[in-house]
Amino acid sequence: MRTTRRAALAGFLVALVAAPASAQTVKIGFITTLSGPQGAIGEHMKNSVELALDHLGRKVGGLDVEVIYGDDQVKPDVGKQLADEMLKKHKVHFVSGVIWSNVMLAVAPTVTGAGTFMIGTNAGPHELAGKMCHELFFTTSWQNDQTPEAMGKYMQDQNITDVYAMAPNYAAGKDMIAGVKRYFKNKIVGEVYTQLGQQDYQAEISQLRAASPKAVFVFYPGGMGIQFLKQYAQAGLRGQIPLYSVYTVDEISLPAVKEAALGQFETRYWSPDLKNEANQKYVVDYRKKYGKMPVFYGAQSYDGIMLIDAAVKAVKGDLTNKKGMIAAMRQADYKSTRGPYKYNVNHFPIENFYLLKAVQDPSGELVMQIQKTVFENHKDSYSAECPMKW
Amino acid sequence: MSINFALLLEQTLNGLQYGVMLFLMAAGLTLVFGIMNLVNLAHGSLYMVGAYLATAFTEKTGSFVLGVALALPATLLVGVVVEIVALRTLYERDHLDQVLATFGLILFFNELVAIVWGRAAIFTSVPPFLSGHFRVLPGLPYPTYRAVIILVGIAVAIMLWALVTRTRLGMRIRAGASNRTMISALGVDIRQLYTFVFGLGAALAGLAGAMAGPVYSVQPGMGEGILIQVFVVIVIGGIGSIRGAVVGAIVVGMADTLGRAFLKPLLATIISPPAADKAGPALASMSIYLLMAAVLFFRPEGLFPARGRS
Repeated sequence: MRTTRRAALAGFLVALVAAPASAQTVKIGFITTLSGPQGAIGEHMKNSVELALDHLGRKVGGLDVEVIYGDDQVKPDVGKQLADEMLKKHKVHFVSGVIWSNVMLAVAPTVTGAGTFMIGTNAGPHELAGKMCHELFFTTSWQNDQTPEAMGKYMQDQNITDVYAMAPNYAAGKDMIAGVKRYFKNKIVGEVYTQLGQQDYQAEISQLRAASPKAVFVFYPGGMGIQFLKQYAQAGLRGQIPLYSVYTVDEISLPAVKEAALGQFETRYWSPDLKNEANQKYVVDYRKKYGKMPVFYGAQSYDGIMLIDAAVKAVKGDLTNKKGMIAAMRQADYKSTRGPYKYNVNHFPIENFYLLKAVQDPSGELVMQIQKTVFENHKDSYSAECPMKW
Repeated sequence: MSINFALLLEQTLNGLQYGVMLFLMAAGLTLVFGIMNLVNLAHGSLYMVGAYLATAFTEKTGSFVLGVALALPATLLVGVVVEIVALRTLYERDHLDQVLATFGLILFFNELVAIVWGRAAIFTSVPPFLSGHFRVLPGLPYPTYRAVIILVGIAVAIMLWALVTRTRLGMRIRAGASNRTMISALGVDIRQLYTFVFGLGAALAGLAGAMAGPVYSVQPGMGEGILIQVFVVIVIGGIGSIRGAVVGAIVVGMADTLGRAFLKPLLATIISPPAADKAGPALASMSIYLLMAAVLFFRPEGLFPARGRS
């Protein structure tokens, strides 16, 4: 009792002395996509950063905070320019955010190379988890392969004998199907790559129906997913051939597809119905403030601010103590919306992955609901390639 | 290799349906390009506006048919306003200025719908009375809605054909496509004709958008994806010609659909299956551009150019 009081008094005195002397502000540069069709994701991320700051009383680690938002327009070159501007002009202490892996691969080395922290809150390209890992790089999300790995594992556990796989024809599309194959060892009867941004899938759906597989796996993020799901349902295949997916149905696309998504299976590390205190607070307050369901992109961004807060607290506001902040972040000692987790050597989370299903809740709203845990404390497949030791 | 006949027929219908959508867009674009000599990159935005307006009106009125019916004049109105406010000053400028200005319009419309309806895609669904399937042949069900798209497209093509070849207005449009200077010298108010043609093109793009809503994703920027294929259509068909737009749209729709469906299995019979896996999707996505290149090589003016153009 006495020690805590003394500590509190000491803290008070330190604050009293320190505050007027430095009046320091934590500056965070947050890069996301705020314009164009993908701007909906960035909106959720920005909202979540603001909600995190609300919950922290507009302070980070007890210091005043300023967040500078940047719109990368889904372009790596624009992302890099933003990072340069944030580092040189705004002299930020942390850069955070970044949705796209290609943007991340341009931004992260720029930021860590300048000796500044990069706190990723979505993209998890395998390069950064493996050979390019860095002590100043942390992420609150996942490595790209982990989510499809969980889906592959689930489909294998269900002993589905054959699966028809579809994805857009670009790097991530191939990675996702490779991730599924790492755990799904039964037959892949069809592996179809469609054009990136394709709108009409009727031709592929006709081929799919003719192949009559036991199940279908797809990776169709954003508008592609909305189109595919609608057309799949319109073709009368919903209810006939079960559909498993990653990053295709989420809280952003559900209101646009509604019934066409009913019964859809996804794997994910987070869901709004995860039962822990931090998550319930996040979900309830998010809905109250913004009038819609939060999505995992937001939960990761909320966590990103909380992780920074914990690090700045641990070094008592001394932003020059990078070693101290690295050590603090490695503990992941904050109330994450996914519940407690640990960091792997490459600063990627070791976390659970769940099977989610799109269902109608009692109020009639369509929501993603956790069905079961597929992986507990799942590590990514690239950490062995990371030379970092701690 | 055996290609199942029912599947081939189904894919042909798919190709036809895709071609019809392309035609609705291409008809407007080719007229605007042919008659007004205006490169309108914002044509896709009118498609998007049509989709949003139809969705909004459907929600308000509770009827899909009424929603589409209201969206048509509304998109026409948007088109007319855009023409009067923004495009009139561009006719005398060179194509680069037009590209720049209409690209600006794309950004403007994308942000406008994002402000009004939000950035996330919005919900639309096929109306219940069109949501079923009907049997084309025993064992070959086809979505009713897509069949309706085909029928509407054919009806519009016939109406446009009648308008262009059988009416005085159509005569002026054809004359405008052939020789703009001459028609204005003959005392036709070319300005009014431009506004009308642009509005008509906008309404057709709006119709395409309104019908696309329940099948595709209604979101900001939805028009850009289809616009590229539409340009391919008018280059293949011949600029300024409705007949060219019809033929070009069907050719592109078929080539794209059949390429996506059958190129990979077809290639697998010639080269090794893993190589076909790689080459199939790549070639399928190139097919319409290869076709365009071939047409440009053998008939640079397109398959059915407007008469009098060279």
